[in-house]
Amino acid sequence: MSQSHQAAGIAAGRKTRDAIAESFSDLHPPLSAHEALVAADRCYFCHDAPCMTACPTSIDIPLFIRQIATGTEEAAAKTIFDQNILGGMCARVCPTETLCEQVCVREVAEGKPVEIGRLQRFATDSVMDRPQPYSRAAETGKTVAVVGAGPAGLACAHRLAMHGHSVTLLDARAKAGGLNEFGIAAYKSTDDFAQNELNWLLSIGGITVETGKALGADLSLGQLQQDYDAVFLSIGLAGVNALTLDGNHDGAIDAVDWIAEMRQSKDKTDIAVGRNVVVIGGGMTAVDAAVQSKLLGAETVTIAYRKGKENMSASEYEQDLATSKGVHILFNATPKSLSDGAITFTRTGTDEEITLAADQVMRAIGQTLEAAPEAIALEHGKIKIDEVGRTSVTGVWAGGDCATGGEDLTVTAVAEGRDAAEDIHATLMKGE
Amino acid sequence: MADLTSNFIGIKSPNPFWLASAPPTDKEYNVRRAFEAGWGGVVWKTLGEDGPPVVNVNGPRYGAIHGADRRLLGLNNIELITDRPLEVNLEEITRVKKDYPDRAVVVSLMVPCEEGPWRDILRRVEDTGADGVELNFGCPHGMAERGMGSAVGQVPEYIQMVTEWVKKHSDYPCIVKLTPNITNILHPAKAALAGGADAVSLINTINSITSVNLDTFAPEPTIDGWGAHGGYCGPAVKPIALNMVAEIARNPETANLPISGIGGVTTWRDAVEFMALGAGNVQVCTAAMTYGFKVVQEMISGLSQYMDEKGITSVDEIVGRAVPKAKDWQDLNLNFVTKAEINQDLCIQCGRCYASCEDTSHQAIAMSEDRVFTVKDDECVACNLCVNVCPVEDCITMREIPLGEVDERTGKPVETYANWTTHPNNPSVVAGE
Ligand SMILES: Cc1cc2nc3c(=O)[nH]c(=O)nc-3n(C[C@H](O)[C@H](O)[C@H](O)COP(=O)(O)OP(=O)(O)OC[C@H]3O[C@@H](n4cnc5c(N)ncnc54)[C@H](O)[C@@H]3O)c2cc1C
Ligand SMILES: Cc1cc2nc3c(=O)[nH]c(=O)nc-3n(C[C@H](O)[C@H](O)[C@H](O)COP(=O)(O)O)c2cc1C
Ligand code: SF4
Ligand code: SF4
Ligand code: SF4
Repeated sequence: MSQSHQAAGIAAGRKTRDAIAESFSDLHPPLSAHEALVAADRCYFCHDAPCMTACPTSIDIPLFIRQIATGTEEAAAKTIFDQNILGGMCARVCPTETLCEQVCVREVAEGKPVEIGRLQRFATDSVMDRPQPYSRAAETGKTVAVVGAGPAGLACAHRLAMHGHSVTLLDARAKAGGLNEFGIAAYKSTDDFAQNELNWLLSIGGITVETGKALGADLSLGQLQQDYDAVFLSIGLAGVNALTLDGNHDGAIDAVDWIAEMRQSKDKTDIAVGRNVVVIGGGMTAVDAAVQSKLLGAETVTIAYRKGKENMSASEYEQDLATSKGVHILFNATPKSLSDGAITFTRTGTDEEITLAADQVMRAIGQTLEAAPEAIALEHGKIKIDEVGRTSVTGVWAGGDCATGGEDLTVTAVAEGRDAAEDIHATLMKGE
Repeated sequence: MADLTSNFIGIKSPNPFWLASAPPTDKEYNVRRAFEAGWGGVVWKTLGEDGPPVVNVNGPRYGAIHGADRRLLGLNNIELITDRPLEVNLEEITRVKKDYPDRAVVVSLMVPCEEGPWRDILRRVEDTGADGVELNFGCPHGMAERGMGSAVGQVPEYIQMVTEWVKKHSDYPCIVKLTPNITNILHPAKAALAGGADAVSLINTINSITSVNLDTFAPEPTIDGWGAHGGYCGPAVKPIALNMVAEIARNPETANLPISGIGGVTTWRDAVEFMALGAGNVQVCTAAMTYGFKVVQEMISGLSQYMDEKGITSVDEIVGRAVPKAKDWQDLNLNFVTKAEINQDLCIQCGRCYASCEDTSHQAIAMSEDRVFTVKDDECVACNLCVNVCPVEDCITMREIPLGEVDERTGKPVETYANWTTHPNNPSVVAGE
């Protein structure tokens, strides 16, 4: 027997297995072949296309769309992978509304962009069950340690392997994939896509994955530098910002932990969610936690954000997604105190109090860098890198969320991993 | 609602939209439905000699060219003339004409190139009450191999001879349908006129192979592994047909020969364009085959609105209005200067104009860092390529440089009309003439 929406407290199984499966199906269902042709035909094949400039990995969007239009989606996929080996995941998770599709000339002109993300998925899906189109160059004899197997690390490892280097991919967790596996909303990456893509990517060879190896505990930068010709750090943001409030914190958890647990659950019937959930934060993590709580059957879900709508880092599109799923967004609410089954806020900047029923409070107020080696210079709490990913320490590169530069997005992580790999390759081959 | 009635060589119809001789007019069932939908007339699917009818292939008979969203732009077929018995067709024509006396019913004919068979079939048609005949000298496949269709249409002497037989053996208004598979449309048109034709209709389909299957390496449509050329029609052929119609309409010898315009007519606009270039009415096939008979309703309402807006009270007022303006290249004013102009409010910054002009034209469009596209008047030769490739209608327009103003490209003021025949670079201009 499943519990209902109204069951008090925090409980698993508020919906049946089937109902949950239904709720968590693809947010953007794949295009059929016909839909893809229709969508592809809308592209103008722009000169020096704005969409391409807006894509952090600079995928040749007009070219791949034209390749779809001419019935060669496999060639389209190759065009995508040449720039972005995680083009499949990016097609699912990129906030296209603030990237390529935002600047598509048809968005600007008509408010209806070419559906670049879905077309990218159409192309990449067509080849995921085939051998990947890349092979390794002749062995160079050089070795590189990549620490952190999220998108930045994976993109870096793949590009290095292509150039013939031997890569050891180390990760603290029991499974590789980073936030692709543990963070991205379940309705964006369905059917175990993260692991399938990972295996497809690794099939190039030359990459040894070692899980359960944490920098700072099992590994030290000094040792890695001794053992390998180069080191790439892509450890993401493993810490969370603390939120200390008056009162009993038993019902308060970190949204990222809850999401990670949920992503690893087989059918999510075992994931406990409150009847009344309050998520504190204003970013993508807050939205994902709130929406997924609702999909699991919470009766009321509120995102409480300290500032106004315009400051929220979750895009307009993400906010609309949340509200369309029945999530309420409370703006200008500063958390004050927790009590049994309730949380109290003040209207930001005033004394006015707002108390909401809350069996479960999720913190989603940002992640922080953890376990960064001391020798390395930081800037604004992140590893400082230059445009090709070099850190302050010679022979050590970094990229992705743990490093400065770009937004904290999957696609940015891929771009930084790839670019660092090119620089590592150039450096190693020069024998610097 | 304007008065759309049409009188084409004495054949009256409530509007100038006829269905061309083809599958839409193949039988009573279709034609009744067409008339119910509003078509002004039909040219019945071509009839052949009495006796065992022709046979069609039993595999695919059409091939197509598509545009965006599978919009059908060009259709190719390898169908022959009617494959139903002559007697059955004649009975059906009689019944339909009786029930729709106000609509035009013209019978298309194709029999071997001998006087006897033409005389015989005309006698059979006479009893149907049909309004006229159309001689199918156009079908480019199958029938041509048997010495009929375009095999006749490609030899002006045969056209004249058969037309003479038809006029000799019947009083019917006679329309000669021309094939475009020739080098100069004036030769067959003049032959038809010389033979006594009351009108010509054009174009029939163009020899074509639409595609090749890249797995089987066979032309498509493929019949048991092989393909044969077929006849091409639909929106893609309109420009070819318009030119041929204009050639006949503006030639002094054939200028008074009535024309039924055919080839890619899909909307009221296409129809008006044909009529403006000299067609007395139009015939439609592919548009009906693509969208069904109902398309005629848009043609009727569109033509009517256009006529009302222009204050035109009879379709005949449209016929030939553009003919005096269809000239030869050598007549064009070489001193007429325009420049492309981009409307920045409409521009969506796709850069297509830039790519096309920079790579393939005159490097006359500038692109700024922030994607503003502007025309360099000192380079623009006014070729119109940018206008044609721009995805936004009317975003790029051509601005005429007034007389006397300086053309920045040449540095010279715009002068009055002068054409190639008097141009100093023309070697055949005799100095001091
Ligand atoms: C809930 C959530 C939802 C998101 N949704 C989206 C989205 O929809 N679209 C989008 O573009 N972006 C989204 N993001 C952001 C995106 O996931 C990240 O920007 C991206 O994953 C960063 O990649 P990365 O490789 O730098 O880091 P991560 O993906 O975080 O990978 C870091 C890896 O390093 C490992 N690691 C950490 N510390 C150590 C250590 N000390 N030693 C060894 N290994 C270590 C981790 O186990 C992990 O595998 C989301 C983020 C979150 C948290
Ligand atoms: C399938 C098919 C069969 C045709 N059969 C005939 C025919 O029997 N007799 C004839 O005169 N024209 C025939 N035509 C040519 C059409 O009457 C017409 O001239 C041609 O299709 C161009 O017009 P459209 O572009 O509107 O289709 C046929 C065309 C098609 C598509
Ligand atoms: S901006 Fe839009 S229309 Fe232009 S190339 Fe990119 S996707 Fe195509
Ligand atoms: S009219 Fe021709 S030459 Fe002039 S800007 Fe356009 S494309 Fe270039
Ligand atoms: S082609 Fe048209 S819309 Fe595109 S940049 Fe040029 S003027 Fe602007």
